[in-house]
Amino acid sequence: MDRTRLTDIYFPEARSRLIDLAAFLDRIDRAEGQDDFRLKSLRAALAELAAPGSDKARKILLLLSDPTAEPVAEAGAKSAAGAWSRF
Amino acid sequence: MRYIEPHAHMVSRVTDDYATMAAAGCRAICEPAFWAGFDRSSVDGFFDYFCQLTEHEPRRAAQFGLPHFCWLCLNPKEAENLTLAEEVLAIIPSFLDRPNVLGIGEIGLNKNSRHEVAVLEKHIDLAVRHRQMILIHTPHLEDKWKGTRLILDCLKQNPGVDPSRVIIDHVEEHTVDLVLDAGFWAGITLYPTSKCSPARAIDMIEIYGTQRLWLNCACDWGQSDPLAVPKTALEMKRRGHSETAIDRLIYQNPRRFLGQNPKFRIDETACENPSDAAEK
Ligand SMILES: [Zn+2]
Repeated sequence: MDRTRLTDIYFPEARSRLIDLAAFLDRIDRAEGQDDFRLKSLRAALAELAAPGSDKARKILLLLSDPTAEPVAEAGAKSAAGAWSRF
Repeated sequence: MRYIEPHAHMVSRVTDDYATMAAAGCRAICEPAFWAGFDRSSVDGFFDYFCQLTEHEPRRAAQFGLPHFCWLCLNPKEAENLTLAEEVLAIIPSFLDRPNVLGIGEIGLNKNSRHEVAVLEKHIDLAVRHRQMILIHTPHLEDKWKGTRLILDCLKQNPGVDPSRVIIDHVEEHTVDLVLDAGFWAGITLYPTSKCSPARAIDMIEIYGTQRLWLNCACDWGQSDPLAVPKTALEMKRRGHSETAIDRLIYQNPRRFLGQNPKFRIDETACENPSDAAEK
């Protein structure tokens, strides 16, 4: 499928998500406090998004991943945060 | 359109969902054991759950002509309590001969803890000793990459594991190649926010091919869509994939993997794909 056809299909959705993301960053900006590990990770991912080259989904998923190899001592909370807490 | 839903937690869904899935072309549903959203307090809770999966759900599905199959285990979210895990592992063999049980699953890791790894190894050992197929859950979000590598290590360490009889589910762009390169089957889960979208799933299919891949919705008690697989099939059409390619991915692939267990039977005469004749 060529670039124009893919753009026809996905541009409106990508544009909408882009503006949602921009508005989210503005909202954060207006709020008091500091960036935590999630926002720091997200800002690093934005740099990756703008960098030249492909394979962006994989690179951003890795950037948001725990890079360590050893099992942790205890599970703690059952849920995941979406970014590595020690980023 | 016909499809098999290879991963759905129907105990958490209403009966209308069975009807809707059947109407959308679903020909069989497979239900891995999982976490109820709260910790069960004793082995008796698991006994009742395994009875629900092997007795009650098949009856509910049969109302809509849907064969219902299941996988049994203690979910990694409940693996921190090693005593409870041992008790649950001890009752699983008594259910393995039930007619709709396909194997051990969904086992795996959640937060990549030492106890989770220990319980995963015990489940793998149980599956090997009883010659059962395995369905693996990989962790969520930031824990997935590390967890997938730990799971692959555990599977490779057990010489009795045949990768062609193991599916590793919830792969994403950063883990799909790890799983396929190691010879295992890979599952892509279509789930809002925390897993994969239809568009990304199709990207992976286009990049990696469909030799050892399936799609599933993993609908459960969370916000999730029991029709995610047929909706993704429509998206594949929009992306230019043929009816034959779609049928191969959403019907023939799960049938090929699951059919390694002779208990997995679908009435093929009721399942003819109208597109087959046209495309032959
Ligand atoms: Zn599941």
